[in-house]
Amino acid sequence: MNFNTLLRHFREGTKNVFRNGWMSVASMLSIVVSLMLLGVALLLVLNLDRAADRIDKQVEISVYLNLEITKAETDIIEQQIREMPEVQDMTFVSKEEGLETMRQSLGDAMVKGYEENGTNPLPDMFKVQVIEATTVPFVAEKISALNDSNPDKPVYDVDYGKGTAEKLFKWTQAIRTVGVVIVLALGLMAMFLIANTIKVTIIARRREIAIMKLVGATNRFIRWPFLIEGVLVGMTGAAITLAILLYGYYRVELAYSGWDTTQFTPLPLGDLWIWFSVLILGLGFLIGAWGSTISIRKFLKV
Amino acid sequence: MIDMQDVWKTYPNGTHALKGVSVQIDRSEFVYVVGPSGAGKSTFMKLIYREETPSKGQISVNGFNLSKLKQRNIPLLRRNIGVIFQDYRLLPKLTAYENVAFAMEVIETPRRIMKKRVMEVLDLVGLKSKAGREPSQLSGGEQQRVAIARAIVNNPSVIVADEPTGNLDPETSWGIMQLLDEINFRGTTVVMATHNREIVNTMRKRVLAIEDGQVVRDQLRGEYGYEF
Repeated sequence: MNFNTLLRHFREGTKNVFRNGWMSVASMLSIVVSLMLLGVALLLVLNLDRAADRIDKQVEISVYLNLEITKAETDIIEQQIREMPEVQDMTFVSKEEGLETMRQSLGDAMVKGYEENGTNPLPDMFKVQVIEATTVPFVAEKISALNDSNPDKPVYDVDYGKGTAEKLFKWTQAIRTVGVVIVLALGLMAMFLIANTIKVTIIARRREIAIMKLVGATNRFIRWPFLIEGVLVGMTGAAITLAILLYGYYRVELAYSGWDTTQFTPLPLGDLWIWFSVLILGLGFLIGAWGSTISIRKFLKV
Repeated sequence: MIDMQDVWKTYPNGTHALKGVSVQIDRSEFVYVVGPSGAGKSTFMKLIYREETPSKGQISVNGFNLSKLKQRNIPLLRRNIGVIFQDYRLLPKLTAYENVAFAMEVIETPRRIMKKRVMEVLDLVGLKSKAGREPSQLSGGEQQRVAIARAIVNNPSVIVADEPTGNLDPETSWGIMQLLDEINFRGTTVVMATHNREIVNTMRKRVLAIEDGQVVRDQLRGEYGYEF
């Protein structure tokens, strides 16, 4: 194929978008609707995942130490926990700090007696955060097992909300799974919707293809303008979708920025927009190219 | 030029369209193909430009052996054959110029040469002034002229015309026939299926009569020979 022919294909492909007026608009709209559904679902799922992640991260392991152990033993325990590969971070909470926290949540009256006679019944403790929330039970087990190698049994108790934490993980995992399923289902739906629209536009043009074949056009010669037309329609639809989605998301983010909540904030648009744009435009390109290739294939055998 | 040897054509539904047709058509001949509807005329024409393949027998057109012609080489055959139909078969959203130019784009003609040649053939068929019109803005006769311009623009060695005057009034039909005659005079073989008795009897050429899938008559300066 020489350069002039390639140029011709681009010219024809572009012209065809306009020649087919309403058909092009219909295809474009079906791509916009499909990608919009997919895009919204994707953004929702990403944010749900982020929220689930936040919730998971709040699960931490409390390691209560034996009242009698020495400072040196405490340091050894800290060392041992820190060396576990699943552990992200840990903080030491002394018995005094523990009492202070208790005072804040239960009131002066409850802790007064302890302070007066200097018998703080609270143990020293570590708060341990893990990297992957689902490893919490496993890490808790490992920490308890530290007692096995130490006759002094330095670890008094390990607590992470057993039962409650597992339930929570189950829920957040379910949310993630449902999200992925929704995105896949919508993706499939979008494919059928678009394939059908394109099929309709092409059936209307099978006569045209037959005439092209009669004057001696090769299949490749016929296919190129269709391919370019499909890609143009797909990419235009994707660009429209992207503009709407990004603007909508920007407004949502703006609405959230007024709230001062540590619980949940949407994924920042700044981190998101580049790969999201690439993804949506890429999908538009693929849908357009795939749609036109698939649909004309069976009409080429004349 | 066109050589058929004992050609049979049976369609999947069991219809025997052609039953052992053997015909030879030489370069620069003008041949009418006549016969009742459903006798196999259209099948005969379609076999020439290989829209159909024979069930049995040999066909060679312009040096191409059609039984051995590979799918991907069909375009090469068709570029040497200009096909004209009763219903014109123009691309509806293209102008007259673009419809004719399309046949040249297909063989990757440089644009400079193409422009000159397209205007030349549009002039030949008398439509130079209407080059920018779309088929819907042209009369039936004019549309058929565009189709003829498209058929001849690449200087094919054969024109296959399947009832080219079928949809046209007598006066317009004569105009079309004069064009085909002139094209033939310049050396192009013309094979034309027709029901137009007046044309066949006035413009005397070779007549091939097909009935019930067989050639029943082959006369050099023949007549239409049917009473309808």
